Amino acid sequence: MDIYRAHVLCCGGTGCSSSGSAQLIERFEEKIKENGLDKEVKVIRTGCFGLCEAGPVVIVYPEGTFYSRVKVDDVDEIVTEHLLKGRKVQHLVYSDHATHEQNANKGLAEINFYKHQHRIALRNCGVIDPENIDEYLAFDGYKALEKALTSMTREQVIDEILKSGLRGRGGGGFPTGLKWKFAAASVADQKYVACNADEGDPGAFMDRSVLEGDPHAVLEAMAIAGYAIGASEGYIYVRAEYPIAVKRLEIAIGQAREYGLLGKNIFETGFDFDIKIRLGAGAFVCGEETALMRSIEGKRGEPTPRPPFPAVKGLFAKPTMLNNVETYANVAQIILHGADWFAAMGTEKSKGTKVFALGGKINNTGLVEVPMGTPLRTIIYDIGGGIPNGKKFKAVQTGGPSGGCLPAELLDTPVDYDNLIAAGSMMGSGGMIVMDEDNCMVDIARFFLDFTVDESCGKCAPCRIGTRRMLEILERIVNGKGEEGDIEKLENLAKTIKATALCGLGQTAPNPVLSTIKFFRHEYEAHIRDKKCPAHHCQALLNYVIDPEKCRGCTACARVCPGGAISGEVKKPHSIDPSKCLKCGACMEKCRFGAISKV
Amino acid sequence: MPDMKDKYEQLNQVIAELKDQPGALMPVLQRAQGIFGCVPMDVQKIIAEGLGVTLSEVYGVATFYSQFRLEPNGKYTISVCLGTACYVKGSQKVLDRLSEELQTPVGKTSPDGLFTLNATRCLGACGLAPVMTINDEVYGRLVPDDIPGILAKYREKEQA
Repeated sequence: MDIYRAHVLCCGGTGCSSSGSAQLIERFEEKIKENGLDKEVKVIRTGCFGLCEAGPVVIVYPEGTFYSRVKVDDVDEIVTEHLLKGRKVQHLVYSDHATHEQNANKGLAEINFYKHQHRIALRNCGVIDPENIDEYLAFDGYKALEKALTSMTREQVIDEILKSGLRGRGGGGFPTGLKWKFAAASVADQKYVACNADEGDPGAFMDRSVLEGDPHAVLEAMAIAGYAIGASEGYIYVRAEYPIAVKRLEIAIGQAREYGLLGKNIFETGFDFDIKIRLGAGAFVCGEETALMRSIEGKRGEPTPRPPFPAVKGLFAKPTMLNNVETYANVAQIILHGADWFAAMGTEKSKGTKVFALGGKINNTGLVEVPMGTPLRTIIYDIGGGIPNGKKFKAVQTGGPSGGCLPAELLDTPVDYDNLIAAGSMMGSGGMIVMDEDNCMVDIARFFLDFTVDESCGKCAPCRIGTRRMLEILERIVNGKGEEGDIEKLENLAKTIKATALCGLGQTAPNPVLSTIKFFRHEYEAHIRDKKCPAHHCQALLNYVIDPEKCRGCTACARVCPGGAISGEVKKPHSIDPSKCLKCGACMEKCRFGAISKV
Repeated sequence: MPDMKDKYEQLNQVIAELKDQPGALMPVLQRAQGIFGCVPMDVQKIIAEGLGVTLSEVYGVATFYSQFRLEPNGKYTISVCLGTACYVKGSQKVLDRLSEELQTPVGKTSPDGLFTLNATRCLGACGLAPVMTINDEVYGRLVPDDIPGILAKYREKEQA
């Protein structure tokens, strides 16, 4: 292997790729060559570093200098200053939101965003080149598989996973070891291991980052699972919306086969295992395990009643064991370091770490991995850097369309499976969307119901019809036509749907409504009784007014108004005719005196 | 049209290649859409015959999944992300503005056949919210006023 004096790590995750990291890499390679540094400096395209907000992200080692929002034009300066002369380019160094500190000498681990994190599932993301199996091997890759195959019995492998306390990271939180045990106990001529990479929760992108940044970790874990339950074939069901992840998985599978880590007689133990990729086609319900298996079979992705459970009768009517990407990303580490090491992290019933996708009204959008039991406040304020533009925190949404919105009073909740459910939300796959005072909670509930209605597969009546009725009521409320008794109707429908829907999609669909009613009932009441939206978000319920004290009569607003709703003489206060106002907000954006406000 | 004949030839090759693997219908539909740009009825009929399944089964699958299209898209497909992170940062307003500028409802193709406007599920680029894509090009941190300029770029390209 060649030795280089410096490495330039460029993030090639979806976030940074979208903001142009591919062009950066090209430019770096070009410039490095031009300066005759190509024998000394190596450019590596890695997976996601997590801090997507600062993308495209570039890290220069050995110093670990963290450059953020790098543009193609900045590359020349980094090459000639940093790589050639050893002077860090101060003005491109990442600046901490919380402290506004820009310190080129600070390593990655000292930045607030990373300081509180503990990366197990994401350990290789942003560190290795995901398209090069040698780099994975250099970081203990496939050692766990070797250990399992050559020195552990099937029972010992399952026992280790069971003892670790690992629970399903896709949302359900079912003990992973138990799932393996059930599948191992089934007797059949063919069994399957499957990986759920149909990450559909809006705002959650940890599975994609693992697949893009460390695809071999998933392949290795699936092979270990195959050994444990006695399966020789695996399927990865991945969203077609993730083209980079699909490509890297294909490369990884090809390399693993070439190295004999997939295929026949792995580590010369007589164990055969191979993996196929199947692409989804845009159906959220396929994240549900039985629906996912129908989809791999080439059918409509509709869930089927359980029992029979997949461990008995799953894919192609054979025993099947399905885990989520992030769950698999923990497996090799547990086998290598032991169940006790893993179980030492987290809370009593939720062990290890969890990856969260922080998004919405938060300074540091990105992926964070923290030990279970970390309080919401630490995640949102210490790691996430708080709310931008001096706005007030209103709620944090966890668990996607199956979860709920938690208010400021619950910010000190330690995050684990059971605490979130007790608080009225759920872990889900780990999406965490922060909302500020400008977000209307009734509209957020409507947004999620709109999602579920659209994604309901239509097989069972409670989900197909019930969620639609709930959406209609919510639409009425945000349009100012809510009636007394609507809240009770929503609660009633929610209770019935939760109790009677066929699969997890329907059973959890009412959660966003129930949790917002529980914590933000006053917002519902204001919409229904006072016909007001406290967040000034719902257009039907707000009016724009001009403060005559502040208005200078500059006519800028009247000129920009598309509806001709603003009148007044020059240099005298103007006024808005609410019957003509289209509520587009153009006047408010134009006013230089802050005279226009929403009421 | 010679190139259509070529496409049907390709489709038959795909069917022959995949028909013996279990659960072939979805991969065949995906490849067919790659060849034709969509999966209209005549393509579905060929797939049904080739795989030995009923046309209703093929149609059932093609209409269940949102990625399969029965009609061709415009030259440029605009997808505005309506994932939660983009929604709370105002992507609905971006979508409304596009619909207005293109005089096209969401899910339809503009009268000139140039743009298809879609609302899409989370693209996973939450760090750039609100986000839209036009074919493979990604536009992030959008405000509604960015829209006319972006569309003009594509229209100019077409006129040139």
